[in-house]
Amino acid sequence: MTGSDSVGVVLRPDEVLELLPQKDPFRFVDEIIEVDEEHIKARYRFRPEADFYRGHFPDNPVTPGVILLEAIAQVGVVALGIFLIAQEGGRTEVERRVSVFTDAEVDFSGVVKPGDAVTISATKVFFRRGKLRSKAEMTLDDGSVVCTATVSGMGVLQ
Amino acid sequence: MTKDEILERVIEIVRPYAKDDDAMEVISLETNILQDLKVNSARLVDVILAFEDEFDIEVEDEDADAVDTVGDAVELIHGKVG
Repeated sequence: MTGSDSVGVVLRPDEVLELLPQKDPFRFVDEIIEVDEEHIKARYRFRPEADFYRGHFPDNPVTPGVILLEAIAQVGVVALGIFLIAQEGGRTEVERRVSVFTDAEVDFSGVVKPGDAVTISATKVFFRRGKLRSKAEMTLDDGSVVCTATVSGMGVLQ
Repeated sequence: MTKDEILERVIEIVRPYAKDDDAMEVISLETNILQDLKVNSARLVDVILAFEDEFDIEVEDEDADAVDTVGDAVELIHGKVG
């Protein structure tokens, strides 16, 4: 990034997670397993006590698709974006920016029940002019794919 | 490649991102991509990348910053494809 004299740093997965601005009850990332400038992999277990299950649906709780997409965006756009921005301009650059979800294309192919754990893997498509696009996949522990998406976002100066 | 040919292809590239169908119908060299066509500014990167793929060129960030109108895009591309 320009306009900053801070030096780029390579963040560890736990440092990226710590910088993720989304917090409980709207954080859908428990652990970042691996991250580098090309890809990221993370885990999350959907909490059975999450409030949205009361209405989606009564007697048949299913994780809403928009929440699955949010989880993918938190990993593939926000977390990977934090890593990439830090690599260019250090933590200062990360802290100066707010991450904005800009566009997505998504396919749902399975159901995620309360208590299910998922793995989210995302690969960078491009990171240009502050915009990051990733191709991502969410899988259950039996290996079945429940959601694939191409997600994009930008780090906007606060 | 003539400027008319470039214009035709530029129009097809911006079409899916345009939110104002009426402005799209009367698109011309003077049409402002963000203000008239109501293209989301975050989509400008997509448009520039599509120009690179379509015309097999490289667009530097400072060149991209100077593109406001459809005509600006045509001039930029024409200068690069020769």
